[in-house]
Order: sequence, then structure tokens, then C-alpha cells
Amino acid sequence: MENQFPIRQILDGEGNITDNSDELTEDLVKEMYRRMLRARTLDRKSVNLQRQGRIGTYAPFEGQEAAQIGSASAMEDGDWMFPTYRDHAATLTFGHSVTTIMLYWKGRVEGCVPPEGKNIFPPAVPIATQLPHATGAAMAEKRKGSDRVSIAYFGDGATSEGDFHEGLNFASVFKAPVVFFNQNNGYAISVPVEKQMNSKTIAQKAVSYDIEGIRVDGNDVLAVYFETKKAVEKARRGEGPTLIEAVTWRYGAHTTADDPTKYRDQQLSEEKRNQIDPLLRLERYMEKNGFWDEEWKNEVMNVCDREIEQAVEEMEAYPDADINDMFGHVFKEPVWTIEKQRDEYLSFKRGETV
Amino acid sequence: MKTMTEIKTNKLTLVQAVTDGLRTMLREHEEVLVLGEDVGQNGGVFRATDGLAAEFGEARVMDTPLAEAGIVGTSIGLAINGFRPVAEMQFLGFVYPAYEQIMTHASRIRSRTLSRYSVPMVIRAPYGGGIRAPEIHSDSCESLFTHMPGMKVVVPSNPYDAKGLLIAAIEDPDPVLFMEPMRSYRAFKADVPEEKYTVELGKGAKLTEGEDVTVIAWGNMVSTAQKAVDQLKDDNISCELLDLRTLYPLDKDLIAESVKKTGRAVIVHEAPETGGVGNDVLSVINNEAFLYLRSPVQKVAGFDTPFPFFSLEEEYLPTPERITHAIKKAVTF
Repeated sequence: MENQFPIRQILDGEGNITDNSDELTEDLVKEMYRRMLRARTLDRKSVNLQRQGRIGTYAPFEGQEAAQIGSASAMEDGDWMFPTYRDHAATLTFGHSVTTIMLYWKGRVEGCVPPEGKNIFPPAVPIATQLPHATGAAMAEKRKGSDRVSIAYFGDGATSEGDFHEGLNFASVFKAPVVFFNQNNGYAISVPVEKQMNSKTIAQKAVSYDIEGIRVDGNDVLAVYFETKKAVEKARRGEGPTLIEAVTWRYGAHTTADDPTKYRDQQLSEEKRNQIDPLLRLERYMEKNGFWDEEWKNEVMNVCDREIEQAVEEMEAYPDADINDMFGHVFKEPVWTIEKQRDEYLSFKRGETV
Repeated sequence: MKTMTEIKTNKLTLVQAVTDGLRTMLREHEEVLVLGEDVGQNGGVFRATDGLAAEFGEARVMDTPLAEAGIVGTSIGLAINGFRPVAEMQFLGFVYPAYEQIMTHASRIRSRTLSRYSVPMVIRAPYGGGIRAPEIHSDSCESLFTHMPGMKVVVPSNPYDAKGLLIAAIEDPDPVLFMEPMRSYRAFKADVPEEKYTVELGKGAKLTEGEDVTVIAWGNMVSTAQKAVDQLKDDNISCELLDLRTLYPLDKDLIAESVKKTGRAVIVHEAPETGGVGNDVLSVINNEAFLYLRSPVQKVAGFDTPFPFFSLEEEYLPTPERITHAIKKAVTF
């Protein structure tokens, strides 16, 4: 079965072109690199902020930048994105601000709110529950006669949940314009993928639903970008859903509350940096093709640093969370139980006798 | 019978007592199995199963695929066919995909088959707020399960009870939801006997004797209520603090006896107020002690809102101050 779903790649770990069927431009390569560097800077900063106690538990993604950014770059305004709690590089690329992402991890509900005009659903904390949503939103677009599409992000563990299968099946039955974007990073917390499932690939699960399933090198941002673009365009043409398995690797823990040394050889993880890292391979490619420039990288780095430092300031200067936000958004029209509880609690807070 | 001095004890935290209870039962009964996400090599996300896979092997302490409905559904199949599975939900707020399996199958197989089949399984789940966890992780949705005919619901508040109640739950012939108060997991240590013992399901505990008001709590809220009770000693308000320990079936005799004595009651829980277990406690008080009441029963509960993001969780959770306020209201009515 593995042979039927070969891993598509454009650029190998050494920065060599292995497939030249898509046109690469210097601008595209540099833009992808810039986006990945921005995301990596955010990720590393967030891990540090968590360690300093300035944000709560955080879900890092370092190593998965290519999968998230390549795919998100294939989406257009008006499309829908359904991320998990780990897909900040994707949501950042699609329109979330750094501040919004940081607020989420500071335990602020404001971190769930997308900017005006951007369809970014709040991060799915339960596993795989966002797949049927992506299908439904795509069905709605199809009924409205638009050419907008949905993309749903999920990990390898999610493919064990019922919602994964239900989301794919509905999409198949209703030919919904949705891209199911799997990041197979090898582990669902401590459980390696070979204990998660007995099938050799995730892409082959598409066969059950008679939809297209493809595997892509998830650390090759260019392959991810072009393959997602093809799936998105196919969906826009009304030709139904696609399941993409991006084979990737996350260097660090599931979250900052997790200790990967209990179940994984971290030395292996570090060795992989030199072999498959998504940023390093672009650097190598640019170097080989004569347009790598340290000075340019430093400039990009400085821009990223400034943006992120400013976002940290904004996050930390954000006004205190408003108690009324807790009570005020449960229903569109207030109901008496919540109004009574709010009034009594605010009165108690003011020291008045209730 | 051994005297207390002959019983060897260890100072354990609540989560260590859970591990101890699991180990005791895995040693004693071949048919006991532990299964769930990350329970094996990783020892559970809270380390509640730490070391068990190494001691008993992966065939008895099983890492499963990531699928709550699958974990509970296969546990039902194991339970009807001779095993005693102890399934872990990483957080109670992650139990919702498994709700169908629990509601439509685990809890009613006995009645559907006139006891031809039974489901002796335990679902363990950390629950509750106050640890700055991300969304969904902090839900206290116990009333979804007390409202489920055929399920028992158990919530220890201290290490001794955690081991004894867990062993009783595993030995129980029917399905039990075993809620573990995660804010109390490592809050303090207490003496826990090394040997096997049980704490009877359906029986609460009186933690302090008092004359003026009965304060009723469970799980994480017991220590919060204890703080309130201690503070009120300075005001010469004498509180009787009850830890219910089992939410279904309730210990109606304990509640009735206490409220008959004090004539007043304050119920404390962190789940949303509407539809909460507090209403069932209130119903027991109405039925068993109505004519003894000297003031309306007070409830201090979470609000009818989704558990908020952690920047507001301290506003949501009952505090000692809110509890003392309610107690004073009951006493001065």
C-alpha cells in the first residue's frame, strides 16, 4: 500500500531539486522562507514565555513549519480554515496576528477571534472534531454557489477518532470542497504512529471514501504548497475533497507540560534537524542556486523579532479580562439564570450584601 | 484484625494513591486491565499510571489509539467478557465523544439483559479547574453522569479515599465514573495503607463536627470549603463539613442527619449551578429534613457559562470568600 502512495517531494533535505515539474521562482522561495522564519521565531519565543510563566501551557510546532505554511499559503481570502491548537504557523500565515495567538495561550478568549473578513475557526482542542465542521462549511459554500473551500488541520492521532471518518465520509458523499490536511509527525503525545494505526499510510484511508489521497514530504514547503494548491483548485472546480498526508517531524514536546524523553529518543530528534529541517533545506537550495544572502536573512530576522517583541508588549499590556465576557456571550439574548448569577456575583465583588 | 500500628502506611499524594490503588488491583486480579491514551510508557499525562506498564506489561497496561469512544466501547466488550477494565480519559472534558458508549451501552446493558450481562468497568478522569489548563480541560460535568441511570459517580478528595474508593469502584459489578480532582492531585500528602482496603461507595464522610450549618462539598471543593469553615471559627460559626465522596447514589442518611442537627445547609460545587448535583442534594434535604430547616438552603456553584479561559477561572470557581458569604447568609437569615 505504501508504494501506491509515494511521498511527493520537490526539494530534498540537502536542498536538491528532486522533481522539477513545478515552476520555482526566487520570490516564491524567499517568501516561503520568510514566512517560516517568522513562525519559528514566534514558536521559540512562545516556549520561552511559557518557561518564564508569562503565558500558560503552550503547544510548540517547531519542525512543522513547512507543512503548515506551505498549505496555508495555498488558501485565499474567503476560504475557511479549521486549525487545531498547534497550527499557529498556518493561522498566522492565513491572517491571525501574533498578538492574537499569544493571547490564546495567555488564557484569553480574545485569542479565538479572527480578524474581520478572515474565516479562521477557533483552535480545536478536542481531537478531530473540526473535520466535520470543515466539511459542513464547505457544503455551505457549495450550496451558496461560491468557489470557496475549507481546509482542516489535524494530526496522526486524529485519524483514530470517529469524527475523522465521519468528516471524510460526508465530504465524499456530498462532494464538499474541502482539503483534509494531516500532519503526520509520528507521535500522538507518547504513542508512535505504528501503535496508533496498523495501516502503513494515512493517505490510503482516502480509498475507503473514494476520494483522492496523497502523501507529501511535510518538511518540503514547496511540495506542500503546490500539492495543496492542486487540491484546493480541484475543490474550487467542484471536484470534491482531498486527503493530504504531510509526513513531518516535530522536534519538541507535545506541549510544554509534556516530557518527550520518557517515550522518544531526543537525540534522534536533534539529528533529524540536519537531515530534514524545512528552513535549512531552503537555505541550502538558495545557496546552491546563488541567491542565499546572510544579510537578507538577518534583515528578515530583525523584522520578525521586532514584530514578535511588539506583540509580547501588546499581550502583556492588554487590559484585564472582563468578567462580563464570561457571562455575556453564552446566548445572543441573555437568559435570567446567567443574568442573575452575573448580578449577584458582581454585587458580591463590590462588597454589597446580596 | 490489625490495629492501626500494625498497618504499614506511606505518605502519598492523591495521584500517587490512585497509582497505588491501580497497582494493588493489577497485582491481585489478573482480569484487571488499564487502558487509555498514553497510560503505558508515558505513565499517563498526570503520571497516574507511572511504572505500571513496566511492572505488568503492555498486555495489561495498554496504550490505545486516540479515540475516547473506542476506549470506552472496547472496555465494555472486555467487561462483558470476563475482564475488569479501568479506562482513562485524559481529562473529563474529553469524555464527550465517549458519552454515547457510556449513556447508551455501559449504563444500561444490565437492565437491557435482565442482568445476563454486566459491565464491571471504571472510567477514570481528572476533572476541575484552577490549574490554568487550556479550554475544555477544566470541565466538571458530573451531572451528565449522575443523570445517567445505571452509572455510579465517585469523587475522592484526599489520598486515603482515592485508593479505597478506586479499589471499591474496580470491585463494583457495575460501571463507575471515577473523577479525580486534578487541582488536588499533588496539593498535599496523607497516610495511605500499603495493603488493600476499600472505602464503601455511596457513603460520604463527616470531616468536621458543627452545630450551626452543614456545608456539603466534593472533590476539589472540599479543601476550598474547609478553608471557609476554618475562617468562620473566628466568627463563632460552627460548621459541619460533609464530603459526599459518591455523587450517585448520594449518602442521603448522612445529609439528612446533619441537616436535621444544624437546620441549615450550604452546598458547594464547581460545576454550573443549573442542573448540577447540588439540586439533587437539595432534593434530599427537602425530602428528609424539610421541617428542620431554619433558613433557605444556599448553593455556591460555578456559573451557567462554559468554563472560561484561564484568565477568568478564578472568577468562575467558588472561593472561600463566596462560601463564607453564603454560610453567613444561611446563618443570619
